[in-house]
Amino acid sequence: MKALSQRRRHPLAAVALLLMGLMLTGGLYAVATTVNKAKADTTYSADDAHEGGKLFVANCATCHGMGASGSPDGPSLVGVGAAAVDFQVGTGRMPMQLQGPQAQQKPKQFNDEQTRQLAAYVASLGAGPAVPEEKYLDGQGDAANGGVLFRVNCAMCHNAAAAGGALTRGKFAPALAGVANSHVYEAMITGPQNMPVFNDANITPEGKRDIITFLDTIEANGSPGGADLGSLGPVSEGLFIWIAGLGVVIAFTIWLTSRTS
Amino acid sequence: MGDHSDGIPAGSDAVAKAGLHDVEKFQDPGLPPHRLRLADTDPWAAKRAERQVAILFGISVVGTLLFFFGYFFIRLDDTIGTLRIQNMLLGLGTAFAMLGIGTGIVHWARALMPDHEVSEERHELRSEADRVAAEKIVGDIIEETGIKRRPLIRNTLLGAVALAPFPAIVMFRDLGPLPADALRHTMWDKGTRLVRDPTGTPIRASDVTLGSAFHVIPDGLNNLHEGKLEEKAKAVVLLMRLDPSLLNPSKGREDWSYNGIVAYSKICTHVGCPVALYEQQTHHLLCPCHQSTFDLTQECKVIFGPAKRPLPQLPIAVDSEGYLVAQSDFHEPVGPSFWERG
Repeated sequence: MKALSQRRRHPLAAVALLLMGLMLTGGLYAVATTVNKAKADTTYSADDAHEGGKLFVANCATCHGMGASGSPDGPSLVGVGAAAVDFQVGTGRMPMQLQGPQAQQKPKQFNDEQTRQLAAYVASLGAGPAVPEEKYLDGQGDAANGGVLFRVNCAMCHNAAAAGGALTRGKFAPALAGVANSHVYEAMITGPQNMPVFNDANITPEGKRDIITFLDTIEANGSPGGADLGSLGPVSEGLFIWIAGLGVVIAFTIWLTSRTS
Repeated sequence: MGDHSDGIPAGSDAVAKAGLHDVEKFQDPGLPPHRLRLADTDPWAAKRAERQVAILFGISVVGTLLFFFGYFFIRLDDTIGTLRIQNMLLGLGTAFAMLGIGTGIVHWARALMPDHEVSEERHELRSEADRVAAEKIVGDIIEETGIKRRPLIRNTLLGAVALAPFPAIVMFRDLGPLPADALRHTMWDKGTRLVRDPTGTPIRASDVTLGSAFHVIPDGLNNLHEGKLEEKAKAVVLLMRLDPSLLNPSKGREDWSYNGIVAYSKICTHVGCPVALYEQQTHHLLCPCHQSTFDLTQECKVIFGPAKRPLPQLPIAVDSEGYLVAQSDFHEPVGPSFWERG
């Protein structure tokens, strides 16, 4: 400890301290954001509509109205289908925590069984998109074709590396890493929040399977060029080179022109 | 040379000479006293600095070896992992090889090489004798070439020099031709089907459900052999369906949409980025480059950002088979402003 305190006025002490701080925060952040790969249960039967109805009255009817017919605080859910419920409740977006620019992802409020019952109830109100079949969610499609479809239809909001991006007035397109394949599929067919609907006439179920395969592939392979800095392109890369790159240049300049002891 | 700028440490005590009585008059303070470094006085410190320089050069050697290790001994298989390791070794090896030599030389110069200050006086910029000599050289050249006496040589030289730049003009002309009216027209025409990007399959009006967004190219674009990207860059369209009651068409545009289905150019009127971020609840279109925001319910009027003009609308209709077709080309040039746009 004495040796350490003697060196605290060393010219490199500030640099060392800065590096330690950066590594610590970076390390903590990496631990805190470890990918949480949830596997949604997609086998689904309609027998639970009655139980789902009870759950609905207790948890959802305040905003969506009795019989899900809508109210000034929430839209009608007639015809949104089981897929919309599985997505919104399964990712924790519903029940909504507070009114805001958009519903945020948060820890799930209902377990898989209750989610299935709620989906059964909402599906019984009117025809809508169903929970997708398992064969489109296996991630065994054509990743290259999925990449083409992703870049045409999804990349403008979700970023070419699926890292997400900002929209207007506080809304944003979320990052897609760690999102369950079923939830990606359901988001495409139901168009949650401000996302447009990509129905089966626009992108075929096989095309959606390819997109999911592409997302799985880029998530599994990581960034080929090393640290991706959040895949945010020139924003984070520019910030890095301004701070780290120029910092190194300045450090070398100071070293070159300083007097030797 | 002044008596205090000879670089000898013992003679540089001019600072102390400046007495308080003549503080009004500016005096050249001279160089600060020369301070000896640790390595100048202590042989052990000099030895240590020598070792440090040697270590830095050694790091350079290790870096070069690392490079060759990465290049020759990392077997590339089909996975991206080995490529990543090899790239990292090549990069780190080169960096250490260069940095080791650079930092070693700098450390050597700073710690061990003599560091006494040296002053150099400025020379007179031009002496009269030099000027006369230079003038004589130029005069001699003119005289010896005989350019004044031989007008034939002078005139042919002038002619040759005047003509020589013309090939450059012809070559730069090949950068053209000017785009003529290419900026004003796209592939869209009466009856051109709207097809999906990238598959090229036609779209039925019934396919476009409420809240949908389709990325659209004109039929036949995929069959072009030449200029496909240029045509695509002008003709791409975003197709969306809103509740028809939300559309507020201006006079003359009432029949440009079909059952709430509208088609707008995807090229931003600011600098031409693809405006494809569609928010289906607010009916806003957002440009990712500079956040220009267009309101679909007001015929894509700019409600935020640097764009100046609304996105051009493509008039659409439905043909006898139920597929969406264009009524005509865009009624105005798509994309950013240009000089002759008017």
